[in-house]
Amino acid sequence: METKKTQDELLLQVSSSPHIRTEDSTTRIMLDVIIALIPALIAAVVFFGTRALAVVAVSVIACVVTEAIVQKLMKRPIQISNLSAVVTGILLAFNVPATMPFWQIVVAAIFSIAIVKEVFGGLGSNFVNPALAGRAFLLASWPAQMSSFTQPYTGDALTSATYLSGGPAPELTDAFMGAVPGVLGEVSALALLIGAAYLLIRGVIKLRIPVVMILTFAVSYLILNAINLGVVVEETIPFGEAFSQSLTNLPIHVLSGGLILGAFFMATDYSTSPMTAKGQIIFAIGAGFITALIRVFGTYAEGVSYAILIMNVCTPLIDKYIKNEPFGGVPA
Amino acid sequence: MKLENLTFRGGIHIEDFKELSNGSEITAMPAPEKVKITLSQHSGAPAKAIVEKGDQVKLGQVIAEPGGFVSAPVHATVSGEVLGIEKYLTSAGTEVDAIVIQNDGLDTIGYPEVDRSNEKLDKEQILEYIAEAGIVGMGGAGFPTRVKLIPPSDADVDTVIINAAECEPYLTSDDAMMKAYPEKIVEGLKLAMKTVDAEKGYIAIEDNKPRAIEAIENAVGDDSNIAVAVLKTKYPQGDEKQLIYAVTGRKMPAGTLPAHSGCVVTNTSTAAAIVDAVYYGKPLIERVVTVTGQGVNNPQNLVVRFGTRIKDIVEFSGGYSGTPGKIIFGGPMMGVAQYTDEAVTDKRNNGILVLTQEQVKPKPVDPCIRCGKCVEHCPHGLEPNFLASASKAENWEVAEEFYVTQCVECGVCSYICPSHRPLTEYIRYGKRTVMGLQKAAAAKAKEEADKKTNEKANKK
Repeated sequence: METKKTQDELLLQVSSSPHIRTEDSTTRIMLDVIIALIPALIAAVVFFGTRALAVVAVSVIACVVTEAIVQKLMKRPIQISNLSAVVTGILLAFNVPATMPFWQIVVAAIFSIAIVKEVFGGLGSNFVNPALAGRAFLLASWPAQMSSFTQPYTGDALTSATYLSGGPAPELTDAFMGAVPGVLGEVSALALLIGAAYLLIRGVIKLRIPVVMILTFAVSYLILNAINLGVVVEETIPFGEAFSQSLTNLPIHVLSGGLILGAFFMATDYSTSPMTAKGQIIFAIGAGFITALIRVFGTYAEGVSYAILIMNVCTPLIDKYIKNEPFGGVPA
Repeated sequence: MKLENLTFRGGIHIEDFKELSNGSEITAMPAPEKVKITLSQHSGAPAKAIVEKGDQVKLGQVIAEPGGFVSAPVHATVSGEVLGIEKYLTSAGTEVDAIVIQNDGLDTIGYPEVDRSNEKLDKEQILEYIAEAGIVGMGGAGFPTRVKLIPPSDADVDTVIINAAECEPYLTSDDAMMKAYPEKIVEGLKLAMKTVDAEKGYIAIEDNKPRAIEAIENAVGDDSNIAVAVLKTKYPQGDEKQLIYAVTGRKMPAGTLPAHSGCVVTNTSTAAAIVDAVYYGKPLIERVVTVTGQGVNNPQNLVVRFGTRIKDIVEFSGGYSGTPGKIIFGGPMMGVAQYTDEAVTDKRNNGILVLTQEQVKPKPVDPCIRCGKCVEHCPHGLEPNFLASASKAENWEVAEEFYVTQCVECGVCSYICPSHRPLTEYIRYGKRTVMGLQKAAAAKAKEEADKKTNEKANKK
């Protein structure tokens, strides 16, 4: 808006209040998330080699290019500069092993951005988390490649199953640092927590969803696994023993299977989680419980991505019925 | 006595730039050559002019009578000749009458100068003097003070709160008043307490005004019925619902008045004006206005006569710094942008804020990412993103379902949205429409009920 001074006449901007705005922007928020993911990216390169970096690069480029093309085709303004496609690209890459064929990543990127995000309305309108939807797409389409894990540091093919697939439990310190086989972003709890701390300090995420989700998972796992070992499986054991076995497994369970990645970086995605505190707690309880359910009774090893996807589609329902009570109560 | 660290849920701390104008003493601005005094400086019925073109008037003389019970008289703010009664277009789009007076520079006093400060005055006398002086709420709403100090019969008032929060960024007139006239403000509180038979009085001040807090504390002394309530600095602490909650812990139920929660809230400048009127018979003809903003060269607090143009005030304050982008009556969060600097001040204007062109450049609007910041910070626990998109889509059922009528238009949601969506602006539209629809539905229901009772009566 231009104002000119012609003969002592001022042309002033007249609009309704408020007249000031925050310096914050969506781009700045996306940049904060990218920064928060860098420690995990470094961990992935340390444990799985430079191909990890290539996987992330391919994913990011595929996401950004897809978004630009689709926005152009749909005659929308091209808004790749808000960096949201970059975030999706990194998170999608974090959900695949280091050995993933590049072309399969590209296909998943096109699915995540074009179908899950842009077709449904673009930024803010995706109905599920695009990166997790991409992961589900890959798990269904190329399950072998998605579970082709390698040993950390060496890159040797994995000869035994991962822990969640029934293999031996790793050392607690290895699981915390990240020296375990797995997808790129899930292995290093330490790196992820550093990134999460940054996001908490910057006010981008709140502790509510991650903490409630992980706690609910822990409690649900203890109870469900005890039931499983004590009642359901063929060779049942007494409840007390079942419970203490579950308790021993619990720390490694929390550190495995993308629970920390999912709780801090996926379940907290703004567009697919509820708007109110109460709603977010319900969302997080659902996600934690379903994760435990899938891990104990289901055939999939980790469960986190499906649990979050299921709660994503429940979010509009949660928002419709869970409202904050206005200050002063509901008007008569 | 002092309460400390009081606060409320929600809101946001905004960079407040108070240092632009709170460093200097209050300066009296000489009255301009001409004043244009509007007859609608208060909520309620406009005042009715009792002078006409050619009349000679004196300073403080009544030039317009109240237009009803909820109304107030208007007084001449200079002495001189009435040039006429003109139509004045406000920035809200309404046309009001205004009396134009040519200042003869003499300031001949036109009201009896008395000193009743040592007299024992009763409730009715105090209220009469307040009404005669034309005192209205000087915090911005302009509600006639005499009417406010007669609580409704179904209310039981036990507390008077002086709203010295001044939570809007940039504004410092209440701060300046407290530092300069602390005893007057405490005395005004006592007079208000007398009129409503309140046992307790509070002066509620945000903690970013330490010198004012100290001055008021000294003025209160060891009076056991009055306390200073120190509030955490957060916008919109001065909103009456948040203020009453922070000071007394009471939550005002929706659709009620502060009096129904036992409280009467009044502004700092109003309290001082009450003392001038009741003890010295001085009518309301001037007030402290904060002239501020990065768009004016010498930001400061001035005593300004009502009817002075923004143009004159800015000129007295060193002129514009660059080309102004917006000139706002009030603060940046809830003030009203003016379309010309020929606009005149009235009893309700506590600030003139000049923002530069750079500051008001519109930011591009992004889609809502459902980040939840608006929900987290709304002081009334609403969900501004849904209210705004419902209002934009003119979906009045959803807007009503999400309590759009409870919005007070404080502006926090628009301020804090990272996508720079005009949330408050959309919600404002939705709120007015839904309230109108509710009113129409209530009127229709009453009409039908009346018809039914009439039919029943006729049948007999």
